[in-house]
Amino acid sequence: MKVNTTINGMKRILDVKPDEYLLDTLRRHNYLSVRRGCDTTSCGVCTILIDDKPVPSCAFLSVRAEGKRITTVEGIPKEAEKLSEHFGATGADQCGFCNPGIALSVYALKKSQKKVTAETLKHYLTGHLCRCTGYQSQHKAIKEYLGDSNE
Amino acid sequence: MKISNYHKANSLQDAYEVLTESRNHAIIAGGGWLKLSSRTVEKAVDLSDLPLDYVNETENAVEIGSMTPLQKIVESESVKSLCKGMLTQAVAQIMGVSLRNLVTIGGSVVGKFGFSDVLTPLLAMEAKLVFYKQGEITLTEFMAQRGRTDDVLEKIVLPKTKGTGYFKKVAKTPLDFSILNLAVAVSDGHYKIVVGSRPSVATLCEEAMDYVNGKKTLSDDDVEKAATLVCENVKFGQNPRASEEYRKELAYVYTKRGLKEVRDCES
Repeated sequence: MKVNTTINGMKRILDVKPDEYLLDTLRRHNYLSVRRGCDTTSCGVCTILIDDKPVPSCAFLSVRAEGKRITTVEGIPKEAEKLSEHFGATGADQCGFCNPGIALSVYALKKSQKKVTAETLKHYLTGHLCRCTGYQSQHKAIKEYLGDSNE
Repeated sequence: MKISNYHKANSLQDAYEVLTESRNHAIIAGGGWLKLSSRTVEKAVDLSDLPLDYVNETENAVEIGSMTPLQKIVESESVKSLCKGMLTQAVAQIMGVSLRNLVTIGGSVVGKFGFSDVLTPLLAMEAKLVFYKQGEITLTEFMAQRGRTDDVLEKIVLPKTKGTGYFKKVAKTPLDFSILNLAVAVSDGHYKIVVGSRPSVATLCEEAMDYVNGKKTLSDDDVEKAATLVCENVKFGQNPRASEEYRKELAYVYTKRGLKEVRDCES
């Protein structure tokens, strides 16, 4: 089946199977920042943005991407770099496997809400598992990044 | 779930026709739980182009379109105003924002999943369902229907009441399915008690409800008795998450807490 979509601002026509998930389609087309973790919507590493909203690509059927805007980390290089600097400075960047999913959720949060409290941040990032950091350093980095972005 | 063909419906009639053409056709709603099913579907019917993604307020009810994502329900002030925000509280505890942007309330209802944290508060809130052909039925009637649903769910209707509510989810981690969930609602002195994830699908606790609704005022002893009736009359079971005994113990404790909380709020 042919699906007309926009990935990171570029119009693409994808050839997909009816039961193919966007995680597989995107990785097949070399969007390798989209990572496979649990593959059952529990870990958050495969998160992408569909029309600016975070969704788990492992559960999003590729055929449903018709007419949608897809964003992966490859599409937000400057924002990802800024966030990455804060992650590095606070020690939040360890194995880094969960970073692309978190970066996209944080970017969506930044675009959707003006003021982010510690509680909303915690709530918004529920669903992103990190086995290295214990989350404290990531939350600190994200708060600093959002503070910078609001300036 | 394996899907051989895909059909994007352009109207409710179109969706209904394709759905009822074959027993192997199915509506896929949000699609968040497709990987839990090993079923093979000849044709998947997608409703995402239909105008079924909304939360509207009428004079007497809040209406939620069947394709409304759970996250939209969490953010809705109209839903938050019902039964002390019971449904909002229940839905906000389901996985994370990203999955809630995908999973729809219609899929959560029609799927009749045992682990559902959505059905439990909806039953306590006396929700009604509006189907394309069948028209309006209560959620309780729908839950009693056996087998496949050969109809298209249009919306869920939540009556506006002055009542209050209590919801409790017990899970090993915030991202896990419930070991047990429980809702208690009261409106004009009429109590509803619902237990879900038993691990079977949510059910009303009829005997306990009859008992408390037969009382003019609810004493602490009545609350104890009602909690005992829940444990004695609701069927609990075991699965890898918890034993039957543990679920009964949880139901006993949280029925008491729920009844006391709504009783004190109501008075």
